[in-house]
Amino acid sequence: MTKSQGTSPTTNTPVEPWNNPSTTPLIRFENVTKRFGTFAAISGLSLDIFEEEFFALLGPSGCGKTTLMRMLAGFETPTEGKIELAGHDITPVPPNKRAVNMMFQSYALFPHLSVYDNIAFGLKRQRMPKAELADRVAEMLKLTRLEKFARRKPDQISGGQRQRVALARSLAKAPKLLLLDEPMGALDKKLRQETQFELMDIQEKTGTTFVIVTHDQEEAMTVATRVAVMDEGRIIQVATPDVIYEAPNSRYVADFIGDVNLITGTAHPRNSGIDLHWGEGRPIFHCKTDLPFTDGQTCYLAVRPEKVTIHAREPESTNKVEGKILDIAYLGNISTYHVELSMGHILKAQTANNRRIARRSFTWEDPVWLSWTETAGVVLDR
Amino acid sequence: MMRRHLLILTPYLWLVTLFLIPFLIVVRISLSDAAIAIPPYSPILDWRDGWPGLFAFINALDFDNFVFLAEDALYWKAYLSSLQIAAVSTVTTLLVGFPIAYGMARAPKGLQATLLILVILPFWTSFLIRVYSWIGMLSTEGYINQVLMGLGIISEPLTLLNTQIAVYIGITHTYLPFMVLPIYAALERLDNALLEAAEDLGCSRISSFWLVTIPLARNGILAGCFLIFIPTLGEIIIPSLLGGSDTLMIGKVLWEEFFNNRDWPVASAVAVLLLLILIIPIILFQRNTQRQRELEAQ
Ligand SMILES: Nc1ncnc2c1ncn2[C@@H]1O[C@H](COP(=O)(O)OP(=O)(O)O)[C@@H](O)[C@H]1O
Ligand SMILES: [Mg+2]
Repeated sequence: MTKSQGTSPTTNTPVEPWNNPSTTPLIRFENVTKRFGTFAAISGLSLDIFEEEFFALLGPSGCGKTTLMRMLAGFETPTEGKIELAGHDITPVPPNKRAVNMMFQSYALFPHLSVYDNIAFGLKRQRMPKAELADRVAEMLKLTRLEKFARRKPDQISGGQRQRVALARSLAKAPKLLLLDEPMGALDKKLRQETQFELMDIQEKTGTTFVIVTHDQEEAMTVATRVAVMDEGRIIQVATPDVIYEAPNSRYVADFIGDVNLITGTAHPRNSGIDLHWGEGRPIFHCKTDLPFTDGQTCYLAVRPEKVTIHAREPESTNKVEGKILDIAYLGNISTYHVELSMGHILKAQTANNRRIARRSFTWEDPVWLSWTETAGVVLDR
Repeated sequence: MMRRHLLILTPYLWLVTLFLIPFLIVVRISLSDAAIAIPPYSPILDWRDGWPGLFAFINALDFDNFVFLAEDALYWKAYLSSLQIAAVSTVTTLLVGFPIAYGMARAPKGLQATLLILVILPFWTSFLIRVYSWIGMLSTEGYINQVLMGLGIISEPLTLLNTQIAVYIGITHTYLPFMVLPIYAALERLDNALLEAAEDLGCSRISSFWLVTIPLARNGILAGCFLIFIPTLGEIIIPSLLGGSDTLMIGKVLWEEFFNNRDWPVASAVAVLLLLILIIPIILFQRNTQRQRELEAQ
């Protein structure tokens, strides 16, 4: 396991090709639109994906992730725009002529062929010599730890093993680009986590560019070098996982990734930041931001619950509010407190449970104070 | 507990009473000699004679009828020509039936139920009427000749009726649904993602058809072929109505032995041999698939 810190791969990946304007991307979507009838599954999408990236597409069901993948694999042609692979327009190239392989959401293993023959399928089509083919399949079996199951049929192995066969089969031809459509959708949580690390390991060993589709944000954060958050056929934000989490560009992204407190108000610029007014008689918050706001512009403050501190007495802080505990969600390692403010708003604060539950300092109905620093939140304009 | 045993026993009871016992009776008749009596064969076992009677009965049974069948070329020819007709019609039915099943399975989901009914619809008319109507189509003054002459493609009417071709046409048409339905059932289950996966891995449309579609439809194809081959081997109505005097089929021979010659023992021998001809390939086939499955499982 080379990448141990899944959540911050930027620290392990010193090169950031997306920040280097001279690198040519492996894949380039240029203003791509895909319509089914009158319904636009993808609208005016532009996106660059670079060599050796582990790129994650994240979004709710039906936002167009599979459609995007199918256009890359060649099963759908864009209604408008063009897709380039390594500088060549691949729009007219059929799927069987693309240096792209796909791991299907349903795995799509051939039920009449053994694990071995499933993996060898693509190699046989390119008429690879027998000895070389046997070596390659053996290598894939080893990579995915399936040596013992080579002779079995897909219905004679477990779900996790099937998933690895599908992966081995799509990797066998050493594609430039591997597409993985919700590869772990059918696995249970523990197996998912193991597989995520395995995938990252394999991606690093083979140097293949991976594009992975998922609707599980944790998974995207774990495996990806960059994440694209999609909504209704558009990309809302493309960035490294830490940027997506710490500096979302919109309420949609902030809300989609992890838990967040959102406060709507008007901005009044002051001191390299803004004062946030959010209602008569409510405390004014001050937050740092680089975004240019005009006086009185509507803005949104997004603060993650773990950046909100909970106090028994009024704290020394610019941003603080008073309320009482409405609910406590105990998650083992952490607890989330739902605090109802005197004006009816509910904010969430998270603390690590480093004490036993019986010695917890707060309980239901306790009056408490919440506070956060000027830089804890992100001010958004959309 | 009792009920479960009964449930398991039901198919066996059915097979024993309606297949095995009648078959043993037929075997026993095939080992007898023809006689002018009621029933028209001997010996007859009489339980009142006790053990000596049973020994006398068994001693009187022999394989003469089978020897007779083997020595008379007529029977050999009838068997061979039946096998040939059954094989050819199985192939023609497959050639016509597969594209129909394939088209049905690829049709929009909403349309499939309608197409299915259309395929089954001919069953709602009598089998005899369907065969008879071919006489009207194929005869010298029939519709086919009329149309072909009307279009000026031929000047003399073709002899279609009372030929081997007419038999093939008749069998293919009347048995078609038995081929279409099992193949459709197999193709309909085929996940489209498998074809896309094949294409993704470098297959052309044609090679993915041979490498994925056909192997996965294999059981449906085999079932369809058995469903055509077995009944056509003993088919009698279609060759009698559409075939010529030279169309020799074992079903017809059997009929003649039974009803025209009233030679039950020879007729029974013909039937037993026919069953063996059918059962041996089925057993071989089953043993083969069994062995293949064992090979895979290890
Ligand atoms: N072949 C198709 N015909 C019509 N609509 C489609 C087709 N494929 C996808 N869609 C529609 O496009 C949208 C995006 O689908 P998809 O890409 O599968 O979403 P996701 O994978 O993100 O869940 C959905 O609303 C879906 O109904
Ligand atoms: Mg999908």
